[in-house]
Amino acid sequence: MSLVYSEEQRLLADSARDFLAARSPVAAQRRLRDAASAPGYDPQLWQGAVGLGWSGIPFPEALGGLEFGCMGLGPIFEAMGRNLSASPLLSSVVLGGSLIHLAGSAAQQDHWLTAVISGERRLALALDEKPRHAPEHTALTAMAESGGYRLDGEKFFVIDGLGADAYLVAARTRGRAGETQGISVFLIPANTPGLQVSALTLIDSRNCARLRLSAVHVGSDALLGTLGAAWPVLDEALDRGRACLAAEMLGAAEQLFAMTLDYLKTRVQFDVPIGSFQALQHRAARLHVELQLARSAVMAALAALDDSALSAAERGRRVSLGKWKAGEVAALVSNEAVQMHGGIGVTDELDVGLYLKRIRVAQACLGDSDFQCARYAAFASLEN
Amino acid sequence: MSAIEQFRQATRQWLEANCPPSLRTATPDGEIVWGGRQVDFPSEDARLWFERMRDKGWFCPQWPSEYGGGGLSAEYNAVLESELRRLKCRPAQINLGIWMLGPVLLEFGSEAQKQALLPPMCRGEVRWCQGFSEPNAGSDLASLKTSAVADGDDFVINGTKIWTSYGDKSDWMYALVRTDPKAPKHQGISLIVLDMKSPGVSVSPIDLISGKSAFCQVFFDNVRVPQSQLIGPLNGGWHLGKSLLQHERKAMSKFGEFSLPTHFHLLPLIERYLPDSQAPADQALRARAQACAMNEHAYNLTVQRMGEEARAGLDISAIMAIMKLVHTEQERDKFEILLDALGYRALGLEGEPFSSQELAITRGWLNSYALTISGGSSEVQLNVIAKRVLNLPSV
Repeated sequence: MSLVYSEEQRLLADSARDFLAARSPVAAQRRLRDAASAPGYDPQLWQGAVGLGWSGIPFPEALGGLEFGCMGLGPIFEAMGRNLSASPLLSSVVLGGSLIHLAGSAAQQDHWLTAVISGERRLALALDEKPRHAPEHTALTAMAESGGYRLDGEKFFVIDGLGADAYLVAARTRGRAGETQGISVFLIPANTPGLQVSALTLIDSRNCARLRLSAVHVGSDALLGTLGAAWPVLDEALDRGRACLAAEMLGAAEQLFAMTLDYLKTRVQFDVPIGSFQALQHRAARLHVELQLARSAVMAALAALDDSALSAAERGRRVSLGKWKAGEVAALVSNEAVQMHGGIGVTDELDVGLYLKRIRVAQACLGDSDFQCARYAAFASLEN
Repeated sequence: MSAIEQFRQATRQWLEANCPPSLRTATPDGEIVWGGRQVDFPSEDARLWFERMRDKGWFCPQWPSEYGGGGLSAEYNAVLESELRRLKCRPAQINLGIWMLGPVLLEFGSEAQKQALLPPMCRGEVRWCQGFSEPNAGSDLASLKTSAVADGDDFVINGTKIWTSYGDKSDWMYALVRTDPKAPKHQGISLIVLDMKSPGVSVSPIDLISGKSAFCQVFFDNVRVPQSQLIGPLNGGWHLGKSLLQHERKAMSKFGEFSLPTHFHLLPLIERYLPDSQAPADQALRARAQACAMNEHAYNLTVQRMGEEARAGLDISAIMAIMKLVHTEQERDKFEILLDALGYRALGLEGEPFSSQELAITRGWLNSYALTISGGSSEVQLNVIAKRVLNLPSV
């Protein structure tokens, strides 16, 4: 397992950086926010990204992918973090596409994965029901009925849920909330009767939705994988998402830190640059230290996704370490960036606030620090 | 098969045949082999391993063979290192001279000095110590006052050095001394080497809050050192000293690779002392311990990443600058948590009913205070990061 990007991955990083710097600078994200138009990202940018092959990175060539490995997603998410670029890469490809790839039937893969990779269709994962990420607490019910299932319940936080072509809905077909056994995933097209989607307006002004399912009837072909046994694939797809979010936060935090260092070198008070004050130098040095640690943890998380020799527990432990450290450090860098910029730091005019808000959303998505910490410890105690 | 692949095969075979199986583990405390005039071997296997590596010239694999080194290129040395790692071979010996003084001698020493000093290093025959800090020159090292005054063919040295690790067990010292008291403080310093058996040298070990320590204070009372033992230019020692300290950081990070403090695995230990306790205070402690263990994991991954980036030819100076700071602060945090977990059992100084592990934890906690001060305090490390890595302006 390597903690350094390969030459191929570094080339990919360069091209992602160039592409996003030209097509998706932070100013473009700001315009997108001010226009407040659906779907929360620029569809042309997404088509460009699809053209570069990003949507095929983790999938086998036989299914139309690039077979580049999940680690190849790392440089792209880092670059998206750096530029605050919004795209459905996480929701539709990393989470949705992975679930179809890992659990879908040949027919489901043929119909949906191909369309996800080509960018023609967009998937969204409907999982969390509570204020904090708690996948095993899935309570939305799916009752078997003749010829299929009936689903009832609500999903609170569906990333890129507005305008998705279909939802991957986690539902309980057995047992009770809190148990990993008994969870199933259903693939439900957006136009299915009884499915109601409403917008959540978030601090990062990206696409997010609530879902209400009232007597949604689906055929048995809507089931993804084995009834009641979705947990292992759900867990693996979520780990891919967590590692990608960690890489995004790392990229965002590194960029924010670079902006803050520039400010420390140029902002003059008491006739000297404020970066000459030891009180600020030491705080900046601490951020550098933390970013280095975060990078190692994120690289290990990404590498764990492609390492088939790892147990699910060991993979989960490394991914949780990566998301925990990246989240903690990105939040620290955001807070310090605002404080060190002083008054201008709390204005909307400065980009610092945009980074702060995106980082907080990414930190909560798919498990905040407490979640990752508890998950890491649970896996660590299994080991000893 | 390419030449380098042949070398890998041959090295692998040689190590399989020559590294005693008992030494294919991390080095436990107290079993480090220090090269020197008198070497204490913890086992017969350790002696064999020492002698075999010495005879290969692999104490100093990259040094020229004319000085007794292995004569390997960086590429071949990387193969040797990876094969050593693969088999988990313990270092056959540890020697500050090789890690720190050697590279400086190779770069700045005269031919005569190289001929005299390098071959014994390559044979592991001399134990070196470092004479840098003084009672009034700590973080501000350049204010050092130990004087070396030219007198005939000699320098006459007076003054004192402090925090010299293993000063009492070392054979030779490399030291920074003041050779021009009138020059600006960075410009009147020279680097010299001296035999610790020279008349006028006396050494006293320093007891710390943790008890006995490796640290010593060394006193120089009219010690005569031949002028031929000046390394590099007269009054040009500051530059050499800085170069030496960079090797120190590299060496420390290398040291970290094989002596990672695995003797206290935090989470299992915590659970042993708080079995199944759901008491709120224990839960709070558990959360602190988890965060601490995760940070330690992130550090260990950073050690690994640094090695990989170095092998990939990337610039690792920005990572290297954090290692000492992070490692020592994490050790300190870990001991603080262990202390709380052990409660009253962590407060014992010696004897029953405290277990040897409990006493070691207490000792380790007290010792951890020295770690964040010696070898450049945490504050100095932060200054270095701010100035050299982040390029923040000076006042």
